[in-house]
Amino acid sequence: MNVVDEAIPRTLAGTQRGRWRGRLAAFVRLALPPFLVFLAGMAVWYAISYLVLDEDRRFLLPPPHAVIRDGFMVGETGTEILTGLLVSAQVAFIGLAIAFVLGFVIAVLMSQAKWIERSLYPWAVFLQTVPILALVPLLGFWFGFGLMSRVIVCVIISLFPIIINTLNGLISADRGLHDLLTLHNASRRTRLTKLQIPGALPDIFIGLRTSAGLSVIGAIVADFFFGRGDKGLGLLLVQYSRRLQSEELLATVIVACGFGVLVFTLFGVLGRRVVGTWSEAWGEQGRAGPDVAPAGLQDGLRTERVRGTGPQEGGMG
Amino acid sequence: MAIGGTVISFRDVRKDFGAVQALAPVRLDVKPGEFVSIIGPSGCGKSTLLRLASGLEQPSGGSIVRTTDRVGYVFQEPTLMPWRTVRHNIELLAELDGMDRRTRANRSSEVLRLVGLDEFADHHPSALSGGMKMRASLARSLLLDPELFLFDEPFGALDQITRSRLNGELMALFSQRRFTSLFVTHSVEEAVFLSSRVLVMSPRPGRLMDGFDIPFAYPRQPTLRYEPTFASVAGAVAAALQGAA
Repeated sequence: MNVVDEAIPRTLAGTQRGRWRGRLAAFVRLALPPFLVFLAGMAVWYAISYLVLDEDRRFLLPPPHAVIRDGFMVGETGTEILTGLLVSAQVAFIGLAIAFVLGFVIAVLMSQAKWIERSLYPWAVFLQTVPILALVPLLGFWFGFGLMSRVIVCVIISLFPIIINTLNGLISADRGLHDLLTLHNASRRTRLTKLQIPGALPDIFIGLRTSAGLSVIGAIVADFFFGRGDKGLGLLLVQYSRRLQSEELLATVIVACGFGVLVFTLFGVLGRRVVGTWSEAWGEQGRAGPDVAPAGLQDGLRTERVRGTGPQEGGMG
Repeated sequence: MAIGGTVISFRDVRKDFGAVQALAPVRLDVKPGEFVSIIGPSGCGKSTLLRLASGLEQPSGGSIVRTTDRVGYVFQEPTLMPWRTVRHNIELLAELDGMDRRTRANRSSEVLRLVGLDEFADHHPSALSGGMKMRASLARSLLLDPELFLFDEPFGALDQITRSRLNGELMALFSQRRFTSLFVTHSVEEAVFLSSRVLVMSPRPGRLMDGFDIPFAYPRQPTLRYEPTFASVAGAVAAALQGAA
């Protein structure tokens, strides 16, 4: 056969300096607009603290610098919040790990036979509709008000996206590839390990990332529900709001938000590391070279794309 | 392989899908080294014929006798695994058949060279063009050195220029290796250029209507297409196809 001379899509690799300049420009283009919005938000915050609220009502929304000062710099509050973060993070990650293993196994089972899928699917949906609050007294009754109950709450709310995304990935393997495996007498196990599971990885990571966010929410909200036990972020929020410690309250909210973003980003990076080289949903589309935009930036971009075009995130399939 | 016999033989093979008759009784013998094309309108059961030949489908009536198990199957889509590199894609079937790692690696290097993809062995399919993906798909089957090749419109999704080029490459490959081929296509030109025999199929339920022996000797050059004799043969096939539809 002839030597190939068809063009491959490939970005032109410029000079090293030009590339760095390009990266910087790309970074500014991407980071500047949200940063401006951040500044505007800060301005509004200050305006409300100082212009809308009188001095004796300023505790309702103390200005940002007061939040930073009282929340992180003065006294024991910073340590308290950090400890709370660790407690909540522990709950969230244990819950996520259990949900992942459980969800993966359930999805694999469901992919093996239509009747298993039909048997389990309604219950997976049911799980999604359970009003967690209604279960709290029961969970407390059975498992106490400590780590175990909180983890169970996290598992319940983060299981569904893992099941549904993994299942979606497993059953959408290419028909032709299935045929090829059939022609070569592949066993169910070979089919799973060589075709279905690798093919499902992009979806699995989408599910994992969604569930990670939910698990974080679960860990914080479970604190509210149970109201006692180790002081996670949720319990701190309750405590500060009861004592009208608005600086500390806001600082805790900021940490909780930061934690959520961190977890989401973490799984974004992880997903891109594992499947970014080949997955259209996770990789730069039509990309041939490894560096088109700075890695950190791509992630932000990709997050949007995956959310927009990927399979369902948490919703019903 | 029974020399002088047939590689595959359809004996009054029928295929129904529920109440729909996809294939009227088909009788067809393909001899070793023959390149048989089946041409017909969409939905006439051409692909079903190949699926039956491969064993992916069972006939509703009649029987299929195949004298070899070394069957290569190339689909219209390249059906590569996007997570595997080109080389590992090409080794897939050998892997499933339990060929040892070293033999696999040697063979894949060989077929990669043969289809001109050796430079792209470590790329993922997403970095390849449509034509290159199809070459990889072809290479995957070639690695097992099949005695019977089933082609289900392998070049149907490609642009005309790439398609003609791949026709030429397949021609070179066939002239060299002489694997028996059953080739399904929509294109009269492609069928006549490649085949030793062209069969025209009717609309559903598919029946084999006319057969044409293509008189040109192998290897054929791409310029054959512009010769008057080629035009007259292609014209006859096209007319039969028109009549069938």
